[in-house]
Amino acid sequence: MIKTDILIIGAGPTGLFTVFEAGLLKLKCHLIDALPQAGGQCSEIYPKKPIYDIPGFPEILAGDLTTNLLEQCKQFEPGFTLGERAEKISKDDNGMFTVVTSKGTAHQAPVIAIAGGLGSFEPRKPTLDNLSFYEGKGVEYIIKDPTIYKNKRIVIAGGGDSALDWSIYLADIAKEVTLVHRRNEFRGALDSLEKARELKVNNKINIITPAEITQLSGAEKLESIVVTKDKVQTEIALDHFIPLFGLSPRLGPIGNWGLEIEKNAIKVDTFDYQTNIPGIFAIGDINTYPGKLKLILCGFHEATLMCQSAFKIINPGKKNIFRYTTVSGVDGFDGTRKEANKPVIQSLNQ
Amino acid sequence: MSDVHITIKDREGQTHKIVAPTDMAMNIMEVVRSYELAPEGTIGVCGGMAMCASCQCYVHSEHLIPEKGDEEEAMLSEAFNVKENSRLGCQIPITEELEGLFLELAPEEL
Repeated sequence: MIKTDILIIGAGPTGLFTVFEAGLLKLKCHLIDALPQAGGQCSEIYPKKPIYDIPGFPEILAGDLTTNLLEQCKQFEPGFTLGERAEKISKDDNGMFTVVTSKGTAHQAPVIAIAGGLGSFEPRKPTLDNLSFYEGKGVEYIIKDPTIYKNKRIVIAGGGDSALDWSIYLADIAKEVTLVHRRNEFRGALDSLEKARELKVNNKINIITPAEITQLSGAEKLESIVVTKDKVQTEIALDHFIPLFGLSPRLGPIGNWGLEIEKNAIKVDTFDYQTNIPGIFAIGDINTYPGKLKLILCGFHEATLMCQSAFKIINPGKKNIFRYTTVSGVDGFDGTRKEANKPVIQSLNQ
Repeated sequence: MSDVHITIKDREGQTHKIVAPTDMAMNIMEVVRSYELAPEGTIGVCGGMAMCASCQCYVHSEHLIPEKGDEEEAMLSEAFNVKENSRLGCQIPITEELEGLFLELAPEEL
C-alpha cells in the first residue's frame, strides 16, 4: 500500500505543479497516470509544440515545460505510479481514501486531487468484427513486453511514429513483421522513415500500402487476418496483430466515482476546487465551474488554492500562514534548501 | 466582414442552421463548440492542432475550402469512419467563401 498526503490522479502540468505547492506546505504527493511517462497531453500529444501563454515564458515547448515542472517539483520527492489507470476508490471510517489502479496497485491518502485533464488516454481501436474477442488472444494495442514477440509473425497497422518505431524494433526480434497503412505516406521522424525504408529494401519488414485490415479469424485465438488492397483481399497467417492508431482520452472509471459531472467534466466549488465529495478535489482541464477556461495557467492557480484546503484537511486545527518563496525560500524533502542571497551589511570606511 | 450561414447536421442527425462570424479567426470545430452542437470533451480534444480526429466532418456541399495540409492528411489517414468528403473541422477557417456550407459531424470514435 502506497501512502501519501495528496494522491494526485494525472501527472500533467497541473498535477506536477500541485507537488510543488503541496511541498511548500510540507505535504507529500504521489501521482498516478495511465501513460507511461509524466507530462500528460504536453508529452503525449504535442511535446514539440510551442506554448505562448505560460506567464514568464514568451515561448516554451510543451515537452520543455514538462521537464521544467519535473525539475521544479523534484525536491519534494513525489512518487509515481505510471502506466496504470486509477480505477476504484473507497473511503474508510477515518476519512482515508484508497485508490486502486488497473494493475491492482493500492494507494491511500486523506486527500485526492484529480488532475486528469481530458481523462485517461486509451488506445484508439479500429472498427473490426470480433476485435474484442481477440483482445489478449493475439490482439494488443500497447506493447508492454517486446520479448513476447520473439520469433513470432507480427502485423502492425498504423501510419504514425509508434507504428513505424515498433515495426523497426520488432524487425530484429520477430520472425516476420508486416506493416499495413491506409496511405502510402507515413508520418514520423526522418530517421525512423529512413530506417523503415532500409528494412523494407532488405526484406526485414513487409510494408503493405495503401491497405486496410478488414477481417480477423481464428477459432480460439487470432490465427489470420485479411488485408484489403485495391479491393483485393489477401489472407495473412500471424501470431499477433498490433493496431497502433494512437491514443484518445476518456473520462473512464472516474466518471463512476459518484462525482457530479457536467459536460464531461467534474463540477467543483471555486472556493478551493473541491468536488461534491469532501476530500476529493478536481483541478485543471478536468473540472468545470462558471467561467472555466481550460488553460495550463488556470490549472496552476487551481492547484495552489486547492493545497491550502488540503492542508487544513490533513492537519486539522494546525496554524499555518501563507508565505512567499522569496521570503521563506524552499526547503526540499530531499534536504536541499533554496533561498535568496542575503545582502551583506558592513561599513566601507574601515 | 460579415457573418456566414452554415448548416450542420449533428451526430444525432439533427440539422442546425447557424451563423458564424468571419472576423474572429474561428474554425468549424470552434463554431460547433460555441453552439454546443456536440458535447464538450467529444470534439476539439487536441485543441485544434489536427492531432486528433474528434472534429472530423463530412462536407456535403460544393464549396471552395482550403486544401488539406500534410498534418490533416496524416491524421485523416489514421482516423476511423473516413469518407471521400472527410475534413477536420479545426483546419477549416470561417471565411466568406463558406456562405451556405452544409456539413455533417462524423460519429464519435469509441
